[in-house]
Amino acid sequence: MTEIFGTPLPALLGQLLLGLVNGSFYAMLSLGLAVIFGMLNIINFAHGALYMMGAFFAWMGLEYLGLNYWFMLGLAPLAVGLVGIVIERTMLQWLYKLDHLYGLLLTFGITLVIEGVFRSFYGVSGQPYQVPDQLAGATNLGFMILPNYRGWVVVASLVVCFAVWALIEKTSLGAKLRAGTENPKLVQAFGINVPRMVTLTYAGGVALAAFAGVLAAPIIQVSALMGSNLIIVVFAVVVIGGMGSILGSILTGLGLGIIEGLTKASVLGAMFSAPFNAVLGEGNIISRALMAMFGPEGSSTVVFVIMAIVLLVRPAGLFGKEK
Amino acid sequence: MKKTLIAATLAACGFSAQAQISGDVVKIGFLTDMSSVYADIDGAGGVEAIKMAIADLKGTAAGKKVEFIFADHQNKADVASAKAREWFDTQGVDMLVGGTNSGANLAMATVAAEKKKPFISIGAGSSALTNANCTPYTIHYAYDTVALANGTGGAVTKAGGKSWYFLTADYAFGAALQADTTAVVQKNGGTVKGSVKHPLNASDFSSFLLQAQGSGAQILGLANAGGDTINAVKAANEFGITKTMKLAGLLMFINDVHSLGLKTTEGMYLTDSWYWNQSPEARAWSRRFFEKMKRMPSSLQAADYSAVTHYLKAVDAAKTDDADKVVAKMKDTPIKDFYTTGTIRKEDGRGIHDMFLMQVKSAKESTEPWDYYKVVTRIPGEEAFTKLADSKCPLVKK
Repeated sequence: MTEIFGTPLPALLGQLLLGLVNGSFYAMLSLGLAVIFGMLNIINFAHGALYMMGAFFAWMGLEYLGLNYWFMLGLAPLAVGLVGIVIERTMLQWLYKLDHLYGLLLTFGITLVIEGVFRSFYGVSGQPYQVPDQLAGATNLGFMILPNYRGWVVVASLVVCFAVWALIEKTSLGAKLRAGTENPKLVQAFGINVPRMVTLTYAGGVALAAFAGVLAAPIIQVSALMGSNLIIVVFAVVVIGGMGSILGSILTGLGLGIIEGLTKASVLGAMFSAPFNAVLGEGNIISRALMAMFGPEGSSTVVFVIMAIVLLVRPAGLFGKEK
Repeated sequence: MKKTLIAATLAACGFSAQAQISGDVVKIGFLTDMSSVYADIDGAGGVEAIKMAIADLKGTAAGKKVEFIFADHQNKADVASAKAREWFDTQGVDMLVGGTNSGANLAMATVAAEKKKPFISIGAGSSALTNANCTPYTIHYAYDTVALANGTGGAVTKAGGKSWYFLTADYAFGAALQADTTAVVQKNGGTVKGSVKHPLNASDFSSFLLQAQGSGAQILGLANAGGDTINAVKAANEFGITKTMKLAGLLMFINDVHSLGLKTTEGMYLTDSWYWNQSPEARAWSRRFFEKMKRMPSSLQAADYSAVTHYLKAVDAAKTDDADKVVAKMKDTPIKDFYTTGTIRKEDGRGIHDMFLMQVKSAKESTEPWDYYKVVTRIPGEEAFTKLADSKCPLVKK
């Protein structure tokens, strides 16, 4: 069997695909963050909490109201979007002129409140949410057995991500949005209601997070902690992609999901340590350090190693423009 | 010289007449994970259990008031050790209870030994606490990785699960659990085909599970706990891993089973020190706990109650909160309550009591809420825990 750095080819393909699934979540979440940062200049730390809220709304819809997955896939983002409007109108709108730090602190505080409320009601072990019947089961792809639901996640998130990208980059509404961020006063002079546009942008950004939350609900336990486990990585994705870059956040999200997958499968670690093994022999200290950093146990840190490297080489991020 | 002698004699007489309680209160500190992956198995429920223990003794020991403080160590060893130090130095804490997380507990044990204060570890699994890292002041009360390995590892291997692959949480506890289980598996004629380490709080396990499946092993040993175990079991079902491999949850609590549901966990083996439905006394206490917390207690929460009660009774009997005397008293006095019947081993502070191998019921077998386990075997304490002959604890004389 063909092997690439000690991993059989079918296993490698499987890992790449799983990386893509995780990358889909990173892409959707970082896209929302990028849109919000681009338009509002706010680093929305509450994004993870609103993602969690989306998943919880899906669970609550089923548990208390008997509303199925497909219904909640539409309803939960709307509901979270409304929460977003309340947050923006009552709190965020006063902070646009101030330093980024204020927005970050406020949204961090909002995160603590939302997570605390859900934790005190539902604990941390989480609520089970079944995969919808239509997507239950798995498909044999030859190199791996892929649960149908994971396939759906990739398709759904790619469609949504590129729809958002097209909306912002290719339509007249998107043009107004972009103009509004460049020069709000001038756009307002043309009779466009910029504050309302900003409010709706925030609502849209957090609705994306909620959509990702509903998609995640059948995969991981719906728990108060699910957002905070993910959000730090997503921030790293946004920084690597370039703050505010729409396409950058989508591509970086998918790419980092794949790199993370390769790390979990030890491919990256084996690849980096191979030259050192050849020169210094097996088990040398550099190889071992590289395996620790890029091996399975380092899968939660590899994103930050990449972030550090990118920031050194391109401080504005891979797709960001220097100001 | 004469004056000091008289003063000393008077002081000695005075003290022997009444209890020697430092600061005039018996102060108990409790550090556990209150907000993250392990918050349900101990956390606020553990706090409540300790409060119940204190209230049941009328809030006094040796005629003095009992005070209780608790804090969240956030699963960070540095936070745990800093907080323990602050409590011993400035808050007058007389005894520290260690909740979940082995890393945090090993840090607390070091501080407690340095300050010469009793430390009762309950939620932590690492057997190192009373083995290589033992101290004269550490008591490891409820369970440890050796007992879990002997229970689940032994039972599954004997039942024909000869080849294993481990999914291991990448910190002190996971490493200890994997090492201890490996030893038991090999002793029973099994082999370990490989293992993969994952970071604590990993939300996606699919990639690790695929590697496990590729190993061709029969048994997937989950050397992790709490939310990590839950998400791993869930993903294993989703990816159909459970069709080719059997899952062995090496540390599972009733809260994990509750959260996953019986459909996903049916038939799984697990080892625990206690189950709420194991005896009439256990049921009675659990009902009281349920009234307050709206969920059934885990074995850790029951052990929190039992351990604090045992400590306070020792203070009462010794009429002092002096660490050496109380620890000696605790080790001299057998434990007999709704939680367990057992002792604390003098040499290394290991709590020795029966452990239970349980199997998760199917939805059909379960007759009431939280009715999840059937007890398969009772493992006598002497067999479950590390034998003194095998101990690497420097305090054990050989």
